[in-house]
Amino acid sequence: MEGLSVADANLVMYLHPSKSRNVSQSILRELGYLLFKFNETFDGVLLAYDVNILDKQAKILSGVHPYFGLRLKANLLLFSPIPDMLLEGKLVMLSQESIHVIILGFSSVIITAENIRGEFKYRTKDNEELFASKSHKRHVIKVGTMIRFLVKSFDEEILHIIGSLISAHTGSISWLDRRLEVTQEALVGWIDVWRKIQNLIGLSINSKSFIWQPFCISTCESFNVNVV
Amino acid sequence: MGLELPKYPEMEEDQVFNFTDSEIVSHVKQALASVLSGDNNSYNQLVGVMHHSKHLAPDEVALLETTLKALAGAVSSIDITHHDSLLSAIFCMSMWNYGPHVADALAELIVSLAISNGKYLDLCLGMLVSNFTPPPYFLDKLKMPHGLERKGQVLSRVHAAFKKIADYVPLAPLRLLTIVLQGMPTIYHKDRAIVIYVENMLKLESGEIGELVGSTILMAVVDRLIELDVEIGWDAILQDDFSKGIFEMELEDVDDIEESAEPDVGEFRLSRKSLAGNSIAELLDNLLVLTFEHLESCEREGRLAKVFETLLQSFRVTVLSAYKSKFAQFVMFYACALDPENCGMRFATMLADLFVQDSQPQPTRMSAVSYLASYLSRAKFLAASSISSMLKGLVDWCLEYCEAHDADINPNAHRVFYSGCQAIMYVLCFRMKVFVDVPRLKSELLIPLEQVLKHKLNPLKVCLPSVVEEFLRQAKAASLFTVCKTFIFDGLLESELSRAFGGLERLDTFFPFDPCLLKKCDSFIRPMFVFWSMVKPAYDDAFDDDDDDDGSSDDDLVQDFVNENEDIMNDEFGKSFDEQGVDMDEFDYALKKMSITPKATSNYKFGGRFQEPARMPSRIRPSTSPESL
Repeated sequence: MEGLSVADANLVMYLHPSKSRNVSQSILRELGYLLFKFNETFDGVLLAYDVNILDKQAKILSGVHPYFGLRLKANLLLFSPIPDMLLEGKLVMLSQESIHVIILGFSSVIITAENIRGEFKYRTKDNEELFASKSHKRHVIKVGTMIRFLVKSFDEEILHIIGSLISAHTGSISWLDRRLEVTQEALVGWIDVWRKIQNLIGLSINSKSFIWQPFCISTCESFNVNVV
Repeated sequence: MGLELPKYPEMEEDQVFNFTDSEIVSHVKQALASVLSGDNNSYNQLVGVMHHSKHLAPDEVALLETTLKALAGAVSSIDITHHDSLLSAIFCMSMWNYGPHVADALAELIVSLAISNGKYLDLCLGMLVSNFTPPPYFLDKLKMPHGLERKGQVLSRVHAAFKKIADYVPLAPLRLLTIVLQGMPTIYHKDRAIVIYVENMLKLESGEIGELVGSTILMAVVDRLIELDVEIGWDAILQDDFSKGIFEMELEDVDDIEESAEPDVGEFRLSRKSLAGNSIAELLDNLLVLTFEHLESCEREGRLAKVFETLLQSFRVTVLSAYKSKFAQFVMFYACALDPENCGMRFATMLADLFVQDSQPQPTRMSAVSYLASYLSRAKFLAASSISSMLKGLVDWCLEYCEAHDADINPNAHRVFYSGCQAIMYVLCFRMKVFVDVPRLKSELLIPLEQVLKHKLNPLKVCLPSVVEEFLRQAKAASLFTVCKTFIFDGLLESELSRAFGGLERLDTFFPFDPCLLKKCDSFIRPMFVFWSMVKPAYDDAFDDDDDDDGSSDDDLVQDFVNENEDIMNDEFGKSFDEQGVDMDEFDYALKKMSITPKATSNYKFGGRFQEPARMPSRIRPSTSPESL
């Protein structure tokens, strides 16, 4: 999933003198206050950290309260969603007007009906609300489905995302991944057929000239390889 | 599902239109969208429906309910800027004004708004929190059946809405916590509003999102208890005339006294009387009762141990550091009583650990041991073995201190030591009988204690004379210590030396678990509380010819003593010697039998009373001499 990154950070943490008795605990507590909040310095939401004290000697700041500064080195796991990023989450609520998703168990996402592509139609089946694709009958989105969506905007204060299912790359992850596998299998089969044809007509193939690129998938799409 | 439109005046009687839900939602969406093009008519009608909240006719109620449901389906069309008047109207609505159907629809709308856009989350949570308390006109109706029913309806919907929002916005509980804490009514608000607000806070703690917000909420509740506690000055509960009844009856006898015509019998009647009508005391009483009931429910649900850890932390941070908390500490007492083996011992161990830690400030250590001493003395639910192990720890520490400090008497330099010694003596005044009857305890505890008391630091001279006097009297009667002329008996309630070691905070006269003066709170505490009158001091064997001590446990002795000696207690020890008609010559003779020779009895007084039976003061009150404040 996009949006996740690990960063190495050199930090200086200033602690109140009353914390000098238990520095390690104070460091963990201070870093704990930063968890699940957007931090402008890190340019992301801090999800986890691993910290080491670089120097056991700390500089004391002069002033009314002699805070002391500790040099730390930390590995930080950050979540930094930006518009047009593809993210994944679990669908927790669905109605005709909107669907609600939760990413990584903490960030809430709303995708309104206006941001769901016309391929999907709202239905009720066996008292269960769902969005089903008109083109691919197995492509169904309902409560519990893991979906991939595009980020439209991100509220840094509430960590709330407005998402979109307009793009063709979005929808149920299981369906999208299965489709990708089948497409790749179809590609492999296609190339195998091509080699056999070449063998039949005695042409030599230089494997180097046959370049595998991701765009091959889109190339396949243009051949309308429909895999159901 | 169809809807029958309310009949407007211009419509014909037989013209009734049915609309589906989606059509109504669509109509509302159009009304909202029309604002952007400058046409506000439909929008203003919508806002008007929201504002119309009182004396609604049935069709108006139906219209309101339908509108709210339609808005819930159209939240994606609501804009925070263009529809601010509608949003203001929604957030100002109070569920207390409506029946269950409208309340349901309103709750659904609030939840939909909260999860639709991050901008609305705080506003929605704030609106729900504002529904913790009813409108002012409803406060008086809360005790009536209709009021209680409405209260149940509203609060169940509010808390269900919190849960729903938390399900779809996982970080909502953190935002909610901030809003709840900021929205706490101050102590200057109406009592009932504060009580119901705290009731909701405790409901959150025990609710489904309690795991996320519970500990912070509990600490906030304890903070509020302490705020109220400190608002009640010591002046409010001290007698005007200190000469009256300092050693007299404790609270358990107040009910009997109130029936009599005696205007001023007993310090506690005056103290409680002076608290009567004190609105802060009444509020604190109600909040403490709420907290006790909450603890009971935690215990029933098997959560008490976890909740207790939060209470313990709160106690360390808030209660222990407050200057002589009067009543808030009874939250700990009650929690310990509900689970003596775990919570009860945990509390005592925490206090003992604080006392022995050199790194803690002196006032904290002295305060901790004062709490410990008062707790071990008053907690009826503590086993003798637990008390003895705590006491042994204290005695061992004091002995080590003596061995490490080869110094003469110095109250200022050894404050912590003297407070430890006084704590031991105070506990033994209540529990002496237990240790006397067990030879092993006698050797483990009392022999080292004798060494401590005989040390050059001379704690018997420094500690509060009234405590020392009672302790020595019992020790003598129980033949615990070798009679020694070096034991000096001052005969004063307090002395300059005790004031010196007590310091400015007067921690020498701090007995935090003295009987609770708050009436409702006391009714919870009383069954598990050791009153002084329940204690059978060791010297009572010498005076009581009918004593039939069978070596039963302290708890049994408590009840036996009450049953056998209540009349004697009330008749003899509740009155002055003159009233009792006691022969003073006989009393002097009894005193002289002790190795400790009291000074002239005129010195044995506090505020003028003297020649009282040398009993343990049931409640030590702080001196109000200016230097002690």
